[in-house]
Formats: sequence, C-alpha cells, structure tokens
Amino acid sequence: MLPIADRYEVKKIVNKRRIWTVGVVALALLGGAHAGAQSTLDAVRGKGYIQCGVNTGLAGFAQPDSNGEWRGIDVDVCRAVAAAVFGDASKVRYTPLTAQQRFTALQSGEVDILSRNTTWTISRDTTLGLNFVGVNYYDGQGFMVPKKRKVKSAKQLSGATVCVQPGTTTELNLADYFRANKMKFKPVVIEKLEEVLNAYFAGRCDVYTTDVSGLIAARSSRAPKAEDHVILPEVISKEPLGPAVRHGDDRWFDIVKWSLFAMIDAEELELSSKNIDGKMNSDNPVIQRFVGAVGESGKMLGLDNRWAYKIIKQVGNYGESFQRNLAPLGLERGINQLWNKGGLMYAPPMR
Amino acid sequence: MAHEFPRPGGGRSSRIVWLRYDSRARAIVYQVLLAAALGLAFWFVIANTAENLAARGIASGFQFLFREAGFEISETTFLSYNAGSSYLRAIAVGVLNTFRVAVIGIVLATSLGTLIGLARLSRNWLLGTLAAAYVELIRNVPLLVQLFFWYVVVTEHFPAPADALNPLPGVFISNRGIVFPIPRSPFELDYPELTAFNFSGGGAVSPEFAALLLGLVIYTASFIAEIVRAGILAVDRGQFEAAQSLGLRPWQAMRFVILPQALRAIVPPLTSQYLNITKNSSLAVAIGYPDLVSICNTIINQTGQAIEGIAIIMFVYLTISLALSAFMNRYNRLAALKGGNP
Repeated sequence: MLPIADRYEVKKIVNKRRIWTVGVVALALLGGAHAGAQSTLDAVRGKGYIQCGVNTGLAGFAQPDSNGEWRGIDVDVCRAVAAAVFGDASKVRYTPLTAQQRFTALQSGEVDILSRNTTWTISRDTTLGLNFVGVNYYDGQGFMVPKKRKVKSAKQLSGATVCVQPGTTTELNLADYFRANKMKFKPVVIEKLEEVLNAYFAGRCDVYTTDVSGLIAARSSRAPKAEDHVILPEVISKEPLGPAVRHGDDRWFDIVKWSLFAMIDAEELELSSKNIDGKMNSDNPVIQRFVGAVGESGKMLGLDNRWAYKIIKQVGNYGESFQRNLAPLGLERGINQLWNKGGLMYAPPMR
Repeated sequence: MAHEFPRPGGGRSSRIVWLRYDSRARAIVYQVLLAAALGLAFWFVIANTAENLAARGIASGFQFLFREAGFEISETTFLSYNAGSSYLRAIAVGVLNTFRVAVIGIVLATSLGTLIGLARLSRNWLLGTLAAAYVELIRNVPLLVQLFFWYVVVTEHFPAPADALNPLPGVFISNRGIVFPIPRSPFELDYPELTAFNFSGGGAVSPEFAALLLGLVIYTASFIAEIVRAGILAVDRGQFEAAQSLGLRPWQAMRFVILPQALRAIVPPLTSQYLNITKNSSLAVAIGYPDLVSICNTIINQTGQAIEGIAIIMFVYLTISLALSAFMNRYNRLAALKGGNP
C-alpha cells in the first residue's frame, strides 16, 4: 500500500488528467463542428429522405388525403426531387408550415426544400437568404365575397372587413391596392388557414383575399354552397408561386431546379408516366437525352443518369400533376399551359 | 484549509505546492476556467450564427426598423398608423395593444379572482360549490383552447351587422364587435352608423379584443381565486375571532382585518399571475388580435431578420415583466412594514 500522501497525489493527478482530456475533446468537437456546414445533397443522402416544407392544408397544392398521404402540385415537386436523388419518390417527409413559419424553417435547415405556394419576390430572393428554383404555378391575388353582398367589383369594397393571413404578399398587396384606390378597410389577420376560413365563412369578415387558386380551392372545399360566394373579376397582383432552397448551396439548387424543369420539358416532349417506358428506345435524340440513354445529364448534376426518367415514371409530367391535383377543383390551365400552347410554362432545354 | 503533505524528495517550489493544495486558490482557478468555458460557448454560438447568416446572405442590424411596413393593423391604441408607417411604429402599436390587454386584464382578473376566492370561502354551500367548480374547470383547460372557444362564441353567435342587437341607443352588438358612441366634443356624441359593410364612427371593441380579454380574465381569475383563498386561510383564526368579538360584521372583518393581513401572503404569487397575463396575451396571434408578438412575427416574415425580431420581443416582455415585478415588490415591502412582525 502506498503511503497516504502518495495515494492522494496519484488520485489528484489522475483526476486532473481526466479533466484535461475532457476539456481538450470538447474544444476539438467545438472546433470541428464549426469547421463548415455539410452540403444539402450529402446531408439528404445521409438521412435517406428529403424534408419538404409544405402548406398546412391547401387543396390542390399540399393537403393530406383521407389516408394521410400528402397530395398536391407542391408535394409532387418534392417527390420529383426524391425520385431524382434516391430513385424513389416516396422518400420524402413533410413538414406543414404556416406562412409565418415557412422562411425561418428553411433558413435554419429544418427543411431542405420549401415547396409551399410561395410568391417569388425580390425581397424574399435577397434578404431572406433563399433561392427560388422556378415557378410551378403562375397566379394572381383576388377577392371573394358572399353573393348576398351584391358587390360587382373590388372598387366597391371601401370600409369592408377583410380576412387575410399574416406574413404574406397578400397582406402587403391588399394594403397597397386599397391605398392606391383611396379606400379604407379593416383587416382580420389570423395565422392558421383553417381559422381564417372559419372566420370568413362564419361572417366575421366580408371579404377573403388570397391567390385566386386559393380562393377557388377554399370555395370548392369549404363553402357549404359554392354558388353563394363570388370571386371578383379584379386580379390585383402577379403571384408566381414556386419552390425555394437556401442560399449558398448551388448543387442542391441545380438539382431542385432541373427536377421541376424536367417535369415541364417532359410535357413538352409528350412524355408521360404512361408512355415513357415505351419511349425508352426512341430514335429521337432529344428523348434519348431526356431518358438518359445518351448524354451525361445525371453526372452533371451528381445524380444517376436515369434521374429524369425516374421522375416522369413515378410522379408524371407537369400536365399530369396539374390534372391530378388542380383540375378536380375547377382550375383551368390558363396561363399555366405550355408556352407553345398559349401559356407561360417554359423550361430551358436539357442538353 | 491548506493541506500540507510532506513530499518525498522535497525541493519543489513552494508556489506550486500552494496552488495545488490550497483549496481557496483551487476555487479561484476553477472559477476562472468556468468563466473561460462559458465565454468560449457564447463565442461559438455567436460566431456560428454570424457565419450561417452571412452564408445565406441574410441581413443583420436594426436599420430595417425605419423601412415602410406595408401592412395594415386592424386596431391601434392611441397611436395612428397606416401601411406607409415604419416598422418601428408598427412595433409601438403592438406594444401599446399588449399594454391595453394586460392592464385591463389585470384589473378585471384581480376583481373577479378575489370575488371567486371569497365566494369559495363562504358558508353558503351553493356559492362555495359553484366557485370550486369554476376554479377546477377553468384551471385545467388549456388557455389556447379557451381563447378559441370565446372567439367562436363571439364571432359565430352574434348576428351580422345588418341585424345587430341594439340594447341602448347608439350601442350595437354584432359579430364585428361592440360599437358605442364616443364624445366628439364635450357636448356632442359621435354615433356609429351602419354603412355598406360595417359601422363607422363611434368607438369599437373588436371581437378579437373581447375574446382575448374574456379568455385571459376568466383563466387567470381562477388562479387568483386560489391565491386569495390561500392568503386568507393563512391569517390566524384568532384575528377573525377577535374581530367578531369587537362587534365587526363578517364583511367588515374581512375588509379591515383579514384582507390587509392576507395581502402579505397574496402579493408575491399574485405578481406571478400578473406576469402570466402579460405573457399569455401573446396567444393573441392565434385569434387575430394585433399584439406585439403577432406584429413582430409579421415583420420577421417580411424582412427575414428573425434574430432581431425575437430580440425585440424578448426585450419588451422582459422590460414589462421587470417593471411589474419591481412595482409589486415595492408594494409588498410597504405592506410588510405596516403589518408588524412578518
């Protein structure tokens, strides 16, 4: 047995060494963690799924159906990216976000893609630290009033109470329109879409304003009698809705952007989920490049060369997505038709 | 106490021996190390945040406060505001709206809570049971649920403006709120009139404000009732008997003898409840009342500057809470001095 003095000293030396080791390891971890963020593609591949930020429940854009499956054109964009990255469109998890939560969720890394009917504006593209990948629905803001008000035009709305969600371009455009036309209004500002619709249909406010697609979706899904509500003819703003990703990650930006473009290009090439298998051995070099039989588009993006084929096979082209989700609500293609059929949907060539 | 152990071989400098074995010196060294570790942690958090903000291109700083807000606010307290005002003015409107709810809520909740607390102590069985049922029911339902309930009651069960209730001349109750005449000048009243959509003119209490106030007051009154009851029960039974023997009626005894002494036990937890009302008013964002949190959330969303926005919210609530606590603590000290031995 060591004498007491030596035992005490040995214990103190061992303890001191333990404290030092822990301290050095902690510092190293801190330093290592600070060294730099992982790229989104690597993080997503590591996780095995894409975290997609969507609307809490907007018919046609992102809404869970009766089985709890998310459906909508915004959902289809995320599924397309999953099909491109993993080869499996189901490897997506959805985070429902209100208009106020959506940007912080993307900025902080809580979601990888924000596909939530978000309007592309200069302030969002710059000061919020986002990059918009494109437009998947061209829309505009309108007003809906009950028919019994006998209002024929938005210019007759002076003094009305208007239901609107906070943190949206809708709120700002509404204020601008009424200011420009020297009219006054009282806003009722409620965050959750469900509660806003409750307030409008209960009569708390006279007018509901949001994008025209949202008005039509609300009327067909929530109104007790759709004929009792009329959408006024004035469309007071441009609302190009599209998905967004964070600043500072060009590779991920390219992947999401070209997944959307692939869906639009496929409709232009008349490739759909039903006929793409038959077109795999096509003689047309454009189609050959699209399905990945020739060329290296996959390698350019860091993906498998059949990425575009997988998107179309599992999710369909833009027209199929529109038909499946928005046509049942009564929405027509309108300006969302392809460019060569009179609309605005135009994707750059895949070569 | 210094542990001095004889070291075999000796010869080490006495200074190092002192550091290793003197527990006071050790304590100082550990404090310094802990402060350094905390400083390192803070530096890491701030540096990490700044780096990520820069990588995303998100702006920093408070210059955004002077930009045009661009959105309307449905009700303001004393201040005038329109969509062309600055963000700073919008925040000021939010702070005043929060004050309005908090102040009126505190006054009403204290009154209602005291009444219910006294009712629960009453010898009337029905009154006591009703008060107990009220406290048990209201305390155990979440506040947000109660707010939604009152909002639905106020908006869906009152008629539209065209069929508004008219209990008094110039006073109309509808699902747009209660409107009443206000004096435009010492002799003239400004009566509200029904226009195409709403009432214009006169003063108004919006349904959002009414629902928020009702919910907050009823909820907090249940807690205050229990605090008041506990404070009264803490007063020595002998005081009540002495008051009786002096010929004081029960309500006189309560008012002049019991309650003043009970206040010493009531005031500290009451302060917490007042702070709770102030902070719970932030739930207004769920029912559309434009309080500070609701307006700052919109600003964060429009400018992307989440850190500055949250910092403003925290700062305002911290200031209000500290001011309220300081005021109540002063009152508490006055009560204690007057009351004799604690």
